Amino acid sequence: MSLLDVRDLSIVFSRRGRRDVRAVDEVTFSVAAGETVGLVGESGCGKSVTSLAIMGLLPKRGAAVGGSIKFDGTELTSLPADKMRGLRGRDIAMVFQDPMTSLNPVIPIGLQVTEVLRRHRDMDAAAASKEAASLLERVGIPDPARRLKEYPHQLSGGMRQRALIAMALACKPRLLIADEPTTALDVTIQAQILELLKELVVDSGTALVMITHDLGVVAGMCDSVHVMYSGRIVERASRWELFEAPRHPYTAGLLASVPRLDQARGEKLEPIPGSPRDTIPWTQGCAFAPRCRNRIESCTQGAPELVADKLRPDHDLRCFNPIDVAEQEAVTL
Amino acid sequence: MLRFIVRRLLLLIPVLWGLSVALFLWVRALPGSPAQALLGERATPEKIRQIEIALGLDQPLYVQYWRFLEKALRFDFGTSIQSSRPVVEEMGRRFPATIELGVTALLIAVLIGIPVGYFAARRHGTWLDQLSVSASLVGITIPVFFLAYMLRYVFANQLGWLPNTGRQEARMLDVEHPTGFYVLDAIVTGNGPALSDALLHLVLPAVTLATIPLAIIARITRAAVLDVLNEDYVRTAEAKGLTARTITRRHVLRNAMLPVSTTIGLQFGLLMSGAILTETAFAFEGVGKFVAQAIPSRDYATLQGFILVIAALFVLINLLVDISYGLIDPRVRVR
Repeated sequence: MSLLDVRDLSIVFSRRGRRDVRAVDEVTFSVAAGETVGLVGESGCGKSVTSLAIMGLLPKRGAAVGGSIKFDGTELTSLPADKMRGLRGRDIAMVFQDPMTSLNPVIPIGLQVTEVLRRHRDMDAAAASKEAASLLERVGIPDPARRLKEYPHQLSGGMRQRALIAMALACKPRLLIADEPTTALDVTIQAQILELLKELVVDSGTALVMITHDLGVVAGMCDSVHVMYSGRIVERASRWELFEAPRHPYTAGLLASVPRLDQARGEKLEPIPGSPRDTIPWTQGCAFAPRCRNRIESCTQGAPELVADKLRPDHDLRCFNPIDVAEQEAVTL
Repeated sequence: MLRFIVRRLLLLIPVLWGLSVALFLWVRALPGSPAQALLGERATPEKIRQIEIALGLDQPLYVQYWRFLEKALRFDFGTSIQSSRPVVEEMGRRFPATIELGVTALLIAVLIGIPVGYFAARRHGTWLDQLSVSASLVGITIPVFFLAYMLRYVFANQLGWLPNTGRQEARMLDVEHPTGFYVLDAIVTGNGPALSDALLHLVLPAVTLATIPLAIIARITRAAVLDVLNEDYVRTAEAKGLTARTITRRHVLRNAMLPVSTTIGLQFGLLMSGAILTETAFAFEGVGKFVAQAIPSRDYATLQGFILVIAALFVLINLLVDISYGLIDPRVRVR
């Protein structure tokens, strides 16, 4: 049985005086213990909201969560708030996008690490502080004893993200959700942080959900990848398959818009036309249809279902007119 | 830290000096003169002249200022013409009363304003939030004198729960007051009846004086907590599974207190101007009432002395606020 089982997840935001927004719909995926799963898509596709729903961190008012989220057999969507608090930080932890704003500016790093240990691992102050120092050491922060006494503004962005990772891993969670953990960092630091995450996850056997818009991150880390568009998963495959032969035009578009070193000089990048705002509601067809190069008539008449690809058994697809495998060469290289 | 405090204290010197010049000129720019105010209808040019010579007002301005400054440096502000007592002696009698009143009012404002603001923010958008916002608007706009007389009418005249005016009952007149802070004196001397008497007399004036600062503190707290609740680090704290209590105290309130502490420091000025009305309405023998009376009687010595001391207090209190700011927020901590 998988560790995390998300079935038919839907998230609807409603505000007085506005139309309801269906941010996530029909999202189904599972993560096995120790597995790394990527959730990929442009901003606004619903990937972060999905992660907040798993953590139980969506606002209590104005966000309706449907479907089921099972963690190790426990249904999280109906779990009482205090039970969920006991789970968060201990069994499921999260690393957020922006290390500059995700740390409390007015309390020392040390307290921000030890508070998790004291809450979930019943440590006294001395033991927690010792453990905190070794955690900082493990995430590659030099001179941890001194850093524990320092405040967030005294650390660089990369150091802060390391500290946040240390906090997330403090209780050896079984599932770690990383929401764009490198987006706010310099490119050189990005690689270090990813390397660190990979190392720690492999070491401890923690399952990882990596949320990103960066296909480079996916290529380096994830066992399987779910591509989301406008709140729904449009393609799912193992990382190798996805990069080798993307079938959904959106996935192919994402891949084509990444600059490559082996591309000829002066060759133009191929962006996906339009922007994520150019969608149609899934009730009227495929949301990606307005931007799609492979659009056919049926795309705007009804929504495609996520079904197993006829050509490849372990590959799911939500598309009426996927890219033909013969065409692949042209797209991927 | 010590250097910062010393520097700020040294800065007090030019501030007070500038203020002393402005004050000195301002009281003399008031139409009329102390002699006229003193003599009233009996004023004749000769009598006015006599008094002006006696008070040294016949001298050129720079001579008068120099004399004032010279004495002020020795903490001598001359004699009040209202009471014919040295201004410093009046200060000793009146500042304790006003400080006692002001501190009580500020305590009420802080102890009620911060929780009200916090709960309004936690229940943002509900009727409780809206109630607190409109109540604070009423608190800010209600005229002090109107509130004072309403409270007196209801709680003193009608219900008889609280004393109407003054700082103590007539039967307490022989109680000793070594410091002039009646509450403190009663505690130090262990005089129970005097303590309850002093406290009861403080309730209505303090509540009156507290309404505006309370409303402002509640509003600022509400806004600050709403801001902090949307911060990423609060989400991080939630993601750690911390208890609601820890998140509130360690992550929300501590950050929200930054703007609130600034506001509290600035309230002091408001308390002083509010004290004039409140003390007058409750016949409370404090600084406010005395200074207010000094204006029509052109009591130059009192105005100059009291306002200088009030200004110095204001600067000192805001220095305390700045220090506390540094204690809360390491980013502005001074080295």
